[in-house]
Formats: sequence, C-alpha cells, structure tokens
Amino acid sequence: MIFLRLILVNLLRHKTRTFISIAGIAFSVAAMLTVVTVLEGAVGMFSSILSSGSELIVFERNVSDLFFSDVPPLAKDDIAKWPMVSYADPVLFGVVSSADHPIITCFGVTAEDARIRNATWVAGSGSEFGRGGNLVVLGERAAEFLGASAGKDVPIGHGVFHVIGVIRTRNGFEDGGVFMPLEAAQKFFHKEGSSVITIKLRNKEDAAAFKAQVHRQFPNLIALEDAEFSRSYSQFKILKATAWAVGGCGLALGGLGVANTMIMSVFTRIREIAILRVNGFANIQIAATIFGESAVVAVAGGLAGLAVGAIALFALKEIPALHGYVDVTIHPLLMLIVVLLALLTGIAGALYPAAYAMRIKPVEALRFE
Amino acid sequence: MMAAPQSAANAVVIQAAGLWKSYDQGTIAVLNGVDLEAHRGEAIALCGPSGCGKSTLLHLIGGLDQPTHGTILVNGKQLGRGRDMVQFMRHEVGFIFQLHNLIPDLTMEENCLLPAVAAGTSHATALSRLRELAERTGLKNRLKHRIQKLSGGERQRTAICRALMNRPGILLADEPTGSLDERTSGAVFQLLLNLAHTESVTLLMATHDRSLATACDRVLEMHDGRIRTDC
Repeated sequence: MIFLRLILVNLLRHKTRTFISIAGIAFSVAAMLTVVTVLEGAVGMFSSILSSGSELIVFERNVSDLFFSDVPPLAKDDIAKWPMVSYADPVLFGVVSSADHPIITCFGVTAEDARIRNATWVAGSGSEFGRGGNLVVLGERAAEFLGASAGKDVPIGHGVFHVIGVIRTRNGFEDGGVFMPLEAAQKFFHKEGSSVITIKLRNKEDAAAFKAQVHRQFPNLIALEDAEFSRSYSQFKILKATAWAVGGCGLALGGLGVANTMIMSVFTRIREIAILRVNGFANIQIAATIFGESAVVAVAGGLAGLAVGAIALFALKEIPALHGYVDVTIHPLLMLIVVLLALLTGIAGALYPAAYAMRIKPVEALRFE
Repeated sequence: MMAAPQSAANAVVIQAAGLWKSYDQGTIAVLNGVDLEAHRGEAIALCGPSGCGKSTLLHLIGGLDQPTHGTILVNGKQLGRGRDMVQFMRHEVGFIFQLHNLIPDLTMEENCLLPAVAAGTSHATALSRLRELAERTGLKNRLKHRIQKLSGGERQRTAICRALMNRPGILLADEPTGSLDERTSGAVFQLLLNLAHTESVTLLMATHDRSLATACDRVLEMHDGRIRTDC
C-alpha cells in the first residue's frame, strides 16, 4: 500500500508533467488504434468482396495486384465443369471514374454471381442484368454520389450506362461500386478474361484437391482459400505492416515522453531515493517504484487512448464521405495488444531512469540540495 | 591466562580499526586513522569542529560509504566483505540526520513504515511497533498528519521513530538537534537517549552541542580526521 502511495505521490506531485505524459501515451495509443482499425477494416472489407459466397479464389500467379491479374475465360469454363465445383464465378475488377469521383470500383460479374443473386434491392431488380450491353447496377452509396437512380442513365468513364437497379450492401467498396455485366466490363477494360474466379465447392474438404488440380492444369494460375489469400496477399501485408509501423512510431514517441518524464522524476528526487536506500530499500525496490510510476502513466494513457481512439473511429464512421468504407469494429484483442504495447513502451521508457536511480549513492545524494 | 568472555550486556558492537578516508585520489584526507570501539547500549557523542570527519565516520560505520583503508566490524562481522549491505541497513542500523530527511508528501505514519516496507515486515507487526514508538515519542496523535503539518521537533521525533522501526542495534545520529531551537533540541535529545537506553541501542551521535554531548556515556573529541580525546 505504501509502495503504491510512493508511486502515486510522485505522480501527483507534478500533476501537469504527469498529465502531459499520459496525454502523450493516450494520443499514441489512439493513433495506433485508429490507423490499425481502419486499415484492418479496409483489408477485411476487400477480403469479404473476394469471399462473397465463395471459399476459394483463383487468380494469375505472381501478380502484384489483383487488378493486374488476367484469368483466361477457358480456365473458368473448364473449372466450372469440375465435379467438385458448385459455382465458379468470374469477377473482373477495374477502377473507373466520373465527374468529381476519380475512383469508383467496378465489378464485372455475371448474373449468377453471388453479389447479384443475393443482393438486397433498394430499387429495380437484377432480372435484366447481363442481357443488354450497357446495363449496370449501382451500390446504394454510388447511386447517391453519382446522383443516379434506377431507370436513369449515368456517365461513367468514357461511356454512358443505364441503371437497372440499386443494391444495398454492408461492404463499403461494393456499396460505392458499379456492377457491370462481365462482357461489358471486359470491353470497357480491354480484357478477355477476368481478374479472379471465385469458387464455391460442393464439399469444403475438397479444397486441397482443387488447389492441386489448378496447379496441375493451369500452372500460371494459383488457387487459395479465402483466409489463406488474406494472409498472403502482398497488398494486405503492406497495408497491415504500414498500419502497425505508423502506430508503432506514435507509440515510440509516447514512450520517449514517458522516458523524459521518468528521467525528470528521478533527477528531481535524488535525495528522496537516497532516503529510501538509507531506510533499507534494495535496488530492485527502488527500480520498482520507477517502473511502477511509468506503468501507471502507460496504463492510464493506454486506457485514455482507447477512449479517444473509439471516439475518433466513431467520428470517422459518421463522416458521410467515408460511409461504408470504414469498418470501426474494435477487436478486443487489438485493444489488449495496444494497451500491452503502451505498457511495454512505458516500461522501456523507465529503463534508463531506473538504472540511474539504482546507481545513486546515498552518501552523495544526501548532500544534494 | 584466558580472557573472560564478554557478557552480552557489554559486548563490543562496533569495532573500527585504522580507518582512513580520502577523496580525489588521496589529495583530500578526511579520516586519518580512526580507531573506535562501542559497546552494546552505549551512547557516544562525537564532538569536533565542522569538517573534522564526524559525519564521514558515521557514514562509514553505517555502510553508506567505504573506507580507503581500515576495517569496521559490526557485531563481529566485517562490513563490505560479501556482507549483504541491504540486510545490514534494514536490520542492524538506523540513521537520524540533521535535516530530518522525511518524504514531505507522505504522512508521519507512512514515513515511519518505510523501513518496515523495505524489510517486508507484515503491516500489522509494523503498525504495532509504530504505535509503540509513537506513544513513547508523543506522536500518537500525529500518525495521519502529513510532514508539512508537523513542527521541527515533531519531524525530528518522526525521524527517530523511523530509525528505530526495525529495532536496529545501532543508531547513528548526525547532528540530530542541529536544526532545532534550544528547548526543543534538549527535549529531542533526551528522548533519543531514553529510547536508546530502553531499546539497548548503541548510539553514536555527532554533535556540536557540548552540553548535550556530556549527557552521553562517552565523548569522543575529533580533530583533523583523528580521535584526539576519549573521555
């Protein structure tokens, strides 16, 4: 109890300094939480586009980005006939633009695609999808920002398309996207095949056999299960690494703040540390008070950071332009990791001050005024 | 003829021989060969002008510093030879300084419990000991008071309580009344002597106050880093 009092007394003695240190950690934690959550959410959304109604995806081997993948139509036709395959839906990804909106994701799909088949229709229907050249379906948000509705024409890229329906989806990329019949998309993007083929198997346990068969028959293609793809796709890896690196830098800065506070704390109470030593405190007990202080700062900063981060994410979610693009679900594991990292940062920041405190010689320090 | 074994009552507690202490590679000599013997329960006053080495001698005996030459035996064991100095400072020696050296943001009770916390004594045992000391020092109504709220005499009495918390065998007091007025100084000194006597503690006290020093069992006169007179 007195040990805890010693820790708190030192923190409360310099309230402003303590507050600034806690705020430093809090903003670092909030930044990390926000950046990681937003990017993990974006990755999760993109993954869910690929895994919509499917278990595996087939794409061109060794491409850096799925937009550059080109799966030949013959491959799709062949794979669709394999007995273990329930569905084989080709999807062509492209990016189109319209006035004021330079980036709109375009999905070239067939009428049988799960996105069209299982869509929640806000307006119109998908019954005519794929029957005419320039008929498109819009995501609800795309319809909103393009100012389009079912039955109207909308200019997209270098063409004009007739909107036959508007669908609602929880995925921001799909909700803000344009669904074109595959043939129209192939023509629009000058491609013969598709970016990927999404596969649903009759029996999930055939996944390994399916992948092996793809490897044998189409050596230029690769089949991956959805989770496997999310783990290995280099773009996702880069995004996740960037998020953790940016967050880590923020936390490191917070840690430097804690280190600065703890150094000041030790320097301003050299005499007090000497008193503790004269009263029988061992090095480890002296160090424990320093680490205790930094741990309190780090944990308080971590918890405050979680609150600030949650508020920031909530605010992001409410920005209309980001609607659907930001998945602000904060995973408990991420919260735990962030608080633990803050704690570790705080402890790392106290290493030098604690080592300094342990070297204080009471006989010299007691002369210190 | 064999020497008779010393009784526990007058056993030698501190035995310092040929103590030298110098700084800056020998250019500043503070102690120049001090020999000292102190017995259990004895109260010894160290007198002498400022800079004669009184405080340095106390620091060496208390294990706060090491001598350049010479040996110090406490209860027959040499200091600084693989001896656990933390255990020594926790259980065998208590310090009182001129400036009380209390932690101002803690209460009197919390300050006094620090040695017990360091030694891992149970809270109940420590509190019982503190109440006993507070009763004897007249501070029982000041336990929950913060140090800033205490008078100079009360602060020094708190420092005495703290020094005696772990029942040390040796009490080292460096000008314990130096910052107090004459009246308070006399009262605190008398209290210190009484406590040292009732607890059978060997008291070694550096002081400028000759009237207080003469109340001790022995007065050692120090000059230029040496003990000149033992009376």
